[in-house]
Amino acid sequence: MRKNIPFIKIKIQNEDFDVSDEIKILHQNNTGAIVNFIGVVRGYDEKNNQIINSMTLEHYPGMTEAEIEKIVFESSQRWELTGVIVIHRVGNLKPSDQIVFVGVSSKHRQNAFDGCNFIMDWLKTKAPFWKVEENNNKKNWVSFNENDNQALKKWQK
Amino acid sequence: MIIKYFSWIKEHVGKSEEQIELPDHINNVNELINYLNEIDKKYTLIFEKKELIKIAVNKTYSSFDTNISNNDEIAFFPPVTGG
Repeated sequence: MRKNIPFIKIKIQNEDFDVSDEIKILHQNNTGAIVNFIGVVRGYDEKNNQIINSMTLEHYPGMTEAEIEKIVFESSQRWELTGVIVIHRVGNLKPSDQIVFVGVSSKHRQNAFDGCNFIMDWLKTKAPFWKVEENNNKKNWVSFNENDNQALKKWQK
Repeated sequence: MIIKYFSWIKEHVGKSEEQIELPDHINNVNELINYLNEIDKKYTLIFEKKELIKIAVNKTYSSFDTNISNNDEIAFFPPVTGG
């Protein structure tokens, strides 16, 4: 049977987000532990040995939100969580800009750690976002990282 | 039928979406791909390595043998790279 998460917020947006605002929201919900992950634009492409001037993220509106909802729902089946916030930015971003926020609250820390890790691992492999790195006039669509598939193995039941 | 393209696939096709009238004899995604390949060579380049392509039918992950009809929205895209 479905275990409900009292609070869920999923947002895809161009604007930046304020981590402390999101933590405050998670704090309101009868919680004992809050874990969050923040993804940040790297200024260097290690794979291709290149500086990254900027990066543009595109997504598939409608499907992106639906896929993230499925992931959050699955996390609620595995752990007792009191709140989940997922914010993912799209559009043009510069090195050191924030890309993604995943915040998870729970009564106890292990559920919050695991829930956050689980949501992030699945988001990396299922949520339809694509990055293109820009370096002067060159564009490079980022290719899928096989390590992200490997990361999912730890969640096999 | 609406067909959407994302990432480098969108750039190869030259547009992010197109509307086509699905011929009656086409029943699944594989048959749609064969049909597109017949229309224009630009599609051949995209679909020559099918294992690199992900498919969504009506915004849900699907496969090459998923049944489709003229009212559906199909999307073709490479493996995702968000986060």
